[in-house]
Amino acid sequence: MKSVTVHLPALQVVVPLLGALLCALLRRGTSAWAMSLIVSWLLPAISIALMLQVLRSGPISYHLGGWAPPIGIEYRVDLLNAFVLVLISIIGAAILPFARRSVAHEIDGDKQAWFYTMYLLCLTGLLGITITGDAFNVFVFLEISSLSTYVLIAMGKDRRALLSAFQYLIVGTVGATFYVIGVGLLYLVTGSLNLVDIAARLGPAAAESSRPVMAALAFLTVGVSLKLALFPLHVWLPGAYAYAPSVATAFLAGTATKVAIYVLLRLFFSVFGVAISFRSLPVSEIMLVLSAAAMLIASLIAVFEMNAKRMLAYSSLAQIGYITLGISLANVAGLTGGIVHLLNHALMKTALFLALGAVVYRIGSAKLDDLAGIGRQMPLTMAAFVVGGLALMGVPGTAGFVSKWYLAVGAFDRGWWPLVFLILASSLLAVVYIGRVVEMAWFREPSEIAAKAKDPPWSMLMPLLALAAATIYLGIDTEASAAIARKIAESLLGGLK
Amino acid sequence: MQIPTAIQRFAEHYNYLVTIFLMVAGLYVVIARGNMIKKLIGLSLFQTSVYLLYIAPGKIIGGTAPILDPSFKVYSNPLPHVLILTAIVVGVATLALGLALVVRIHEAYGTIEEDEIFAKEGEQ
Repeated sequence: MKSVTVHLPALQVVVPLLGALLCALLRRGTSAWAMSLIVSWLLPAISIALMLQVLRSGPISYHLGGWAPPIGIEYRVDLLNAFVLVLISIIGAAILPFARRSVAHEIDGDKQAWFYTMYLLCLTGLLGITITGDAFNVFVFLEISSLSTYVLIAMGKDRRALLSAFQYLIVGTVGATFYVIGVGLLYLVTGSLNLVDIAARLGPAAAESSRPVMAALAFLTVGVSLKLALFPLHVWLPGAYAYAPSVATAFLAGTATKVAIYVLLRLFFSVFGVAISFRSLPVSEIMLVLSAAAMLIASLIAVFEMNAKRMLAYSSLAQIGYITLGISLANVAGLTGGIVHLLNHALMKTALFLALGAVVYRIGSAKLDDLAGIGRQMPLTMAAFVVGGLALMGVPGTAGFVSKWYLAVGAFDRGWWPLVFLILASSLLAVVYIGRVVEMAWFREPSEIAAKAKDPPWSMLMPLLALAAATIYLGIDTEASAAIARKIAESLLGGLK
Repeated sequence: MQIPTAIQRFAEHYNYLVTIFLMVAGLYVVIARGNMIKKLIGLSLFQTSVYLLYIAPGKIIGGTAPILDPSFKVYSNPLPHVLILTAIVVGVATLALGLALVVRIHEAYGTIEEDEIFAKEGEQ
C-alpha cells in the first residue's frame, strides 16, 4: 500500500491517460462510457488522498523517473494545486453519469467511444497542467487538453460547431505559442524550467536583466489570458460553448478555464512573485480594467442573448471577470474571493449547463423561446437551474454570495470601494438574464415541444441535483471553502508583501 | 566607427531578428487572411519562429555536440533541441487537426473563406 501512495501524483495523470487509450480500443459507446466512468471515479479518490497528504505533511515533490529536480521533471503538489486537482477531478467524475444518455442522444454511435477518449485525454491534460512543476511540461499538457477540446467541440451536431472549433484552434494555438515564447525567455534568463527553481533564480537575476523578464511576463500573461478567456481575448468562448455537445460544454465550463486561471495564479504569485508581477508592470491595473469590462459588457450581452446556452457562455465570461478581479486586487481577501469563486463558479456553471443539457436531451433545443413552460414539465431540472442561477446572482445562502463577499472586502481593503458597485451592477445584470430564463420556464404556457417533455432519468438528474446541492451547502457552510482558500491566498502572498 | 558597430550588432543578433520577423509575419497572416488554409500556414510560421527562438541560443560557439568525451570541454546545450522536438510534434498534431477541421468545414459549407461562411450563417 505504501508503494502506491508514493506514486499517487504520477497516477493522477497516468490513470486517465491509459483510460483514454482503452476507450479508443473499446470502440463501443457503452463500454467506453463504463470505462471512463470507472477511471474518472478513481481520480477524485487520488486527488483527495493527495489533498489530505498535503494538509498533513506539507507540499509533495514527486520526481518522475527518479531524476531529481531541477534536472528531472518534478510533480509538485501544494495546497493550491491540490485544491484545483480535487475540483477538476470531482467535476470530471460528476458529469459522467449524466454523459451516457446525453452523448448517445447527441453523437453518432460510432463516434461515442471517441468522445469518451477525448474526454479522458482532456482530463489528463488539465490534471497534468495542474500537478506538474515544470514550465515546459505545462505546455505539453496544455496542448494535450487543447487538442482534445477542439475535437470535443467539433463533435457538436450543428455545423457551426466546426467553425467554433476551428476558431478556437487558431486562438488557442496562438495562446499556447505565446506561453512557449514566455517560457523560452525565462529559460534564457534563468537556465531552468522548474517553476520553483525559476522563482529562486529570478530573485537576483530579475534586477539586472529585467527586460527579458518583463517580456516573458507579458507573453505568459497574454498567452494564458487567451486560454482563460479574459475579456477582449474571449472571442472563441461563446461559440465553442454554444455548439459543443452538452456534456462537453458542462465539462469545459467547469474545468478548462479554471485550470488556465490556476496557471495564471501560479505564474504571478509563485514564479514571478508579487514584486515583479504587479509592481514593475501595470499588470494589476490592466487586469482590473479588463475584469471590470468583462463583468459589465459580457453580462450585458448575456441579457440580450436568445440562446440559453450562449447566454450562459457570456455569463461565464463575466464570472471569469470576478475571478481575475480577485487576482488583480492582490490582497488576502481579494485573492480568497477569487479562489473561492473559482470553485463556486465551476460548481454552479456545470450545474447550469447540465440542466440545459437535460433540456436539450428532452426537447432538442436550448433556444429561449422553446423553453417556454418547461419548468412545469421538468420541475426538478429547472429547480436545479434556479438554484444555480441564484448562486450566479450571489444571493445570500448560496455559494456565489461567499465569493462576492470576499471580493467586496478585498476591494475595500485595497481602497477601491467603487468596485463594490461594479460587483453589484454585474450581479443585477445576472438577475436580469437568469430571470429571463426563469420567467420563460416557469411563468409561460408550455410551448408545443415543451409540453411533451418530462424530467430526465435519474442517472442524469443525480449529478445535476448533487451539484446544485453543493452550491447551497457551500453557501451555508461558508467556512468550508473560504478557510482553505484563505490559507492558499496567504501562502501565495506570503513573504512577498 | 558608427557603421561597423551597427553591423556587428546586427550580426550578433541576426538570429533573433529572423525569429521576430517570422513571428510577426506568421501572426499577421493568421489575423489578416480569411482563407482558413492560409491561416493555418501563418500559424505554422508563427510556431516555427518559436523553434528558432529556442534552438539558436542553444548553440555555444566553440562547443561540440553533447557527447561526453575527455578531449572536449565545451558542449552545446542539448536541452532546447529536446524541448523543440516535443514542440514540433505538437505543431504537427495541431496542423493535422486544423486541416481535418478545414476539410469538414468545406464539406459543410462548400467554402473555406471566412467572410463567405459568415455571410451564409447571417442568412439563416
